[in-house]
Amino acid sequence: MTAAGPLLQVRNIVVKRGGITVLDIPDFRIERGEVLSLLGPNGSGKSTLLLTLSSLLKLHQGKLIFKGREIDSRRSELEYRRQIAVVFQDPLLLDATVLDNVASGLKIRGMEKTDRLRIAAEYLERLGIAHLAKRSASKLSGGEAKRTSIARAFATRPTILFLDEPFSALDPPTREALISDLTRILRETDTTAAIATHDQMEALRLSDRMAVIQQGKIAQAGSAEEVMNHPVNEFVASFVGMETVLTGRVLENHNQNRMMIAVGDREIEAVGNFPSGEQVLCCIRPENVTLSTDSPEEHSSARNNFSGRIVRISPHGLFYRVDLDCGFELISYITRISLDSLALREGRKVKASFKATAVHVIRKST
Amino acid sequence: MELILEGILKAIALLVSLDPEVLGITSLSLKISGTATLISLFLGVSTGTVVALTRFPGRKLVVSLINTGMGLPPVVVGLFVTIFLWRNGPLGFLQILYTPGAIILAQAIIATPIISGISLAAMQNLPANLRLQILALGATRLQMTWLLIREARLPLLAAVMAGFGGIISEVGASIMVGGNIKGYSRVLTTATVMETGRGNFDVAIALSAILLLLAFLINYLLTRIQQRERPR
Amino acid sequence: MKLKKLATCFRYLGFFALLCLITGLATAPAAFAAEPEQKNIILATTTSTQDSGLLDALIPIFEKETGYFVKTIAVGSGQAMAMGEKGEADVLLVHSPAAEKKFMEAQNGINRRLVMHNDFVIVGPPADPAGIKGSKTSPEAFMKIANTGNLFLSRGDNSGTHSKEKGIWKAAGLNPEEQPSKWYQQTGQGMGQTLNVAAEKLGYTLTDRGTWLALQKNLGLPVLMEGDPILLNIYHVIDVNPAKWPKVNAPGARAFSDFMVSPATQSIIKTFGVDKYGSPLFFPDAGKKVEDLGK
Repeated sequence: MTAAGPLLQVRNIVVKRGGITVLDIPDFRIERGEVLSLLGPNGSGKSTLLLTLSSLLKLHQGKLIFKGREIDSRRSELEYRRQIAVVFQDPLLLDATVLDNVASGLKIRGMEKTDRLRIAAEYLERLGIAHLAKRSASKLSGGEAKRTSIARAFATRPTILFLDEPFSALDPPTREALISDLTRILRETDTTAAIATHDQMEALRLSDRMAVIQQGKIAQAGSAEEVMNHPVNEFVASFVGMETVLTGRVLENHNQNRMMIAVGDREIEAVGNFPSGEQVLCCIRPENVTLSTDSPEEHSSARNNFSGRIVRISPHGLFYRVDLDCGFELISYITRISLDSLALREGRKVKASFKATAVHVIRKST
Repeated sequence: MELILEGILKAIALLVSLDPEVLGITSLSLKISGTATLISLFLGVSTGTVVALTRFPGRKLVVSLINTGMGLPPVVVGLFVTIFLWRNGPLGFLQILYTPGAIILAQAIIATPIISGISLAAMQNLPANLRLQILALGATRLQMTWLLIREARLPLLAAVMAGFGGIISEVGASIMVGGNIKGYSRVLTTATVMETGRGNFDVAIALSAILLLLAFLINYLLTRIQQRERPR
Repeated sequence: MKLKKLATCFRYLGFFALLCLITGLATAPAAFAAEPEQKNIILATTTSTQDSGLLDALIPIFEKETGYFVKTIAVGSGQAMAMGEKGEADVLLVHSPAAEKKFMEAQNGINRRLVMHNDFVIVGPPADPAGIKGSKTSPEAFMKIANTGNLFLSRGDNSGTHSKEKGIWKAAGLNPEEQPSKWYQQTGQGMGQTLNVAAEKLGYTLTDRGTWLALQKNLGLPVLMEGDPILLNIYHVIDVNPAKWPKVNAPGARAFSDFMVSPATQSIIKTFGVDKYGSPLFFPDAGKKVEDLGK
């Protein structure tokens, strides 16, 4: 990152639709070479933000600045658009062959036929769809169409690539293949990218940096590690997968940066330094909650041990999600093997434990 | 029944013998309706595209007007065009009443709303984000418009067929503004009405047969083009 | 999208529209082959006159002699006179003496001249259920049709034929148009069409001999009453008054009306139709007085 300043920046963006503010962002940047995720639930404004960043949404309020220069005229808009590429959720291919589709961005830029077809073919190769070159775009499977759309985007060698929910319409194996291919090509070509998604796993895999969008505002932006493990509020916490969010009050504040938090009539030990009496939220990842059927009196290295009753067991991808009632609601993920070996079933009493370090404490917003 | 048979035989006879008057009427019909269709094509596709792609105050009203215009009775158009083109009318200085030019004008007025309406529907039927995707590819507005029109070329071709079909078979306006003058503004439809009025049924049927044949051939041609493009 | 884009698009639209208007206007004058507008004469006449085919024979001769281009607009008599009243025609060739009189009184026309005449006949089903054959006058025949309640087809289009028919009903003291009757039907169409309807429905109708002669072989409607002086169909040519309507092509109109009464044209009229129908369709009368007309 030798160039001074961010590659792309937006300032004081306010977008309203029908009187409702859908986007309100005072300052947001994309740095050269990074892969950034815009993470948020449906309707949070991430697609709107993506459209704004790619200049496809006309701004009434705020500025879009690319390489230090503001985009404020039709000419600068066109110049900017010719240095970026956008992949939408729907492949939106033209009624032509795959090769012609991939070459379409180059054709728009006025490139000669032989040159553009050669470059297009190169990118077909990279996306593994060279065998589809002469096929009509209307006769492709979902995955093939998506690869074509991505090849078309890369063929113009964009400085920034924008992707709007690129994988949500695909089945898991196709997604898998495409995610790894995309990651590879992004790295190979050293392309800066911004990806809007609602899937935190996808975000984690693909991106260096994440921005969580909540009702049109950026709730938190930072590295994946930061956001995943230190969410700043309840919304971000639950969005990044901290299933258990408990309201409590800080009781005591021990010297070694440990505190006891009263949750209901129980006490949880957590790491942190909040003043006593403070209202807080305790966020615990289900992966960090261990279950056992040992007698409650036995100690373990974990400081938080609770006995509870299993309220519900439901499959959750490769794991099982166990909802517990320990005097407060607690959620745990366990593997199939553990489920079977512990012979867990609904209504059964178990012991749940988690480390103090696994409790992420956030000051409760009033 | 024998009458229809007589008429068809007469039609074949007229065509085979290359009867100059019939050929003249036929070629005039093609020239006039062809020109009118071309004009309506430009006006109709541009109007339909602009209205489909832009938002402006009063848009809904314009769309209703276009849709109403699709069902505009040709004789009403003929009457109003005549009134405007009268010597003492507002456009009398053009001096095109009772000329083929007037028929072209009237037919263009009839066909333009038809082509506009269908083009409008065709453009609106394109995927909502396609416009954005094309812009994202770095297209200028002109390139974008052209690409969208190309994407919608199948229904647009249907629009042209509808427009052409409407006016090649039109008679009310053509008689009023053209005057049905022999060798000058007499077309297949107006000649058919005249021959029927005179009681020359065989000639009338012959002319009708030629008109049907013409309409069929042209639509067949356009359909072949349209269906060849269609993704199978 | 914003108004700026709309403006751009309408710029293109405007350009195309202009292109088309120019194309349209270019094709129109091109049809004249570089002749100035004064070469055009708008002749308003009736459908029956045009249907007789007489004009198809005469007009090419006139155009060749004079270089004028005649636009024959064949409509109903009422419309033809209305066009003259509004100055939208240059010269009229019509056959409604009563309406013509009013036309001249209102200073709408000048130089009204007798050209030719033919006659009307009453035709009907061969069986003649109303028994009009042998009637002395046409009002008498009409009265018989009305009294027996037999089907009568009227053109009902304010044409010369229709006016003639109305005159005969009036002379018979009847007014079937005003009193709705089942046996009196109005087609609102030209003579040929009305004859066909009559043939189809086996009804009576009043027709000019010319049209009847042209269609008779397919009709099966014989002439049942003829020869009554009332049934004379008299054609005049009238120049539309240029003093009232400066835009009319006065010299053109005069040239045409002179042509119609010229001896050469009159002799063509005299023999027109003989080879096709066995008898002439019209009788030339230029220079005569109306009262002198007879058979």
